Amino acid sequence: MSAATQGADKDERIKEISRFRQALIRPELGGIVGTVAVFTFFLLTAFDSGMFNAQGVMNWSVVSAQFMIIAVGACLLMIAGEFDLSVGSMIGFAGMMIAIFSVTLAWPVWLAIMITFVLCVFIGAINGFIVIRTGLPSFIVTLAFLFILRGFTIFFPQVLERKTIIGGIKDAAEGDWLAPFFGGKVGGPIFEWMGNVGLIETFSRGTRAGQPVVDGIPMLIVWAIGLVIFGHILLTRTRFGNWIFAAGGDAEAARNSGVPVNRVKVLMFMFTAFCATVFATCQVMEFGSAGADRGLLKEFEAIIAVVIGGALLTGGYGSVIGAALGALIFGVVQQGLFFAGVESSLFRVFLGLILLGAVILNTYIRRLITGER
Amino acid sequence: MLDAMQTGAPPLVQMDNIYKQFGGIHAVEGVSTDLYPGEVVGVLGHNGAGKSCLMRILSGAMRASSGQIHVNGAPADMKSPHDARAFGIETIYQTLALANHLDAPANLFMGRELRTRFGNLDEKRMLSEATEALRQLNPNFKNLREPVARLSGGQRQVIAIARAIYFQAKILIMDEPTAALGPSETAMVADLTLKLKQEGIGIFLISHDMADVFELCDRVMVMNKGRNVGAFRIEDVNKDDILSLIIKGTLPDDWEPRGNSR
Repeated sequence: MSAATQGADKDERIKEISRFRQALIRPELGGIVGTVAVFTFFLLTAFDSGMFNAQGVMNWSVVSAQFMIIAVGACLLMIAGEFDLSVGSMIGFAGMMIAIFSVTLAWPVWLAIMITFVLCVFIGAINGFIVIRTGLPSFIVTLAFLFILRGFTIFFPQVLERKTIIGGIKDAAEGDWLAPFFGGKVGGPIFEWMGNVGLIETFSRGTRAGQPVVDGIPMLIVWAIGLVIFGHILLTRTRFGNWIFAAGGDAEAARNSGVPVNRVKVLMFMFTAFCATVFATCQVMEFGSAGADRGLLKEFEAIIAVVIGGALLTGGYGSVIGAALGALIFGVVQQGLFFAGVESSLFRVFLGLILLGAVILNTYIRRLITGER
Repeated sequence: MLDAMQTGAPPLVQMDNIYKQFGGIHAVEGVSTDLYPGEVVGVLGHNGAGKSCLMRILSGAMRASSGQIHVNGAPADMKSPHDARAFGIETIYQTLALANHLDAPANLFMGRELRTRFGNLDEKRMLSEATEALRQLNPNFKNLREPVARLSGGQRQVIAIARAIYFQAKILIMDEPTAALGPSETAMVADLTLKLKQEGIGIFLISHDMADVFELCDRVMVMNKGRNVGAFRIEDVNKDDILSLIIKGTLPDDWEPRGNSR
């Protein structure tokens, strides 16, 4: 029987793959191709429309950053093998809680934000615990929370304030130390300098004459980039990242190898809730109000960005960088069609086509990587 | 291994009167067994006879309803696979259980990843250690950086075995390790099993393959409907005796020890 192990110095079943090919074929490839395609398309069709001047860039960057924030959470959770359909409702709920705490109850804004974060991450944990304990698909459990949280988001302001939008948060946040971390802007002096030397345009009239048209990078974008870097390092450079892949790939195998699968999944639900709350807080600080309909359909937009980015719906495979590119594609297409003067209702058609194309391309790439059939 | 049995040293593993119930179903009923260093004990029985269940209890994947487990003479309470590993118990599954989209080093170190002093993964060291560990078992194993989904069944099983060796398992549970493999890969795993045995590792081997059992095992234990219906030295039984135990739960009427040891 030892004959089988001898006589095969070189295994002819192993195919040599060139380094170039290996570097090229990665989960993010679909996202990279898509990003290049989308930018090429809009550079050709909408270059003169203002899409690529300072204001235009800021416009689609902010929209993309919004998608990115929730996509990072959705991405890690999906790789861990679970879904969260309650992200959109969580955004509405978190925003409403901040408004109720800070305006209706007149708590300091920093306290309102902190309590909301604790509350929402706790709800994320409940989502996770129910999924783990009952063994139900997270699809169903979080679908229930989609309705529950949306219901409360409409109920609380109705009962407390007899309206569905609570405003006045800007005034409440005046002078607060925590609010600028979500609603502020950074890099103001740099943009002022760029305006002065003519790198970006300045207002020529009005009360802000002489000031640059873009006066800083919104904290929303800083959060998006920070979360993407955090998610990417967590997933690829830490052992917890390996556990996320293992938990989503084959939970039983992971458990048998001593990976605390339940803890990994619950933590990922909590992280998804955290990302949704970051989104909500930035939005509330920006608008100065919270509405009961905020965040509608965001859960699907997050999942679409993640899937465009190459993640596998069934878990165990994906990339945060890919998801971030997916969010970028999403944002650029949404705003770009507006700049290109395309009828806005066609946005959904484009989105559907991109989603379909990306998934087909990603499936092909994944098969190249994993050798599945 | 017989030396160890005769010197009266405590067995590597002693399982006493293990019970496991699922609701009204008794999956394991009062089973006792033991395992000595350098010994392969075959655990046989029909599907649903309780053998996998018994082994899952030993590997910490499942908790017994009652009964005691001693490892090296000391009581061992296994609450999780993690606890079992602390006692040097490793399991190799028939399903080639690995994280499909991760590479060989990541799988080898799954749950016990090496880290640099900054707390991130020490991929370099994991790769070199894994290369070393896998080369000892199979010199043909070169495509280490590929997701294990691309590997053959034999290579995947080699990773699982390398994991056991690298972390210096004393007790190995092999749950139909060759069920998903082709003939030459089965032979390779059998080879490795004998190698591990020579190094003094005690092995519980669950198998349906009689050829494997007679080639590798020193003793066999047969389970039927959750009970231990017979434990013998391999010399004392033949294939028909074992099949009779597996199917009927009793030995043939005219049975007497067949070995020449008495």
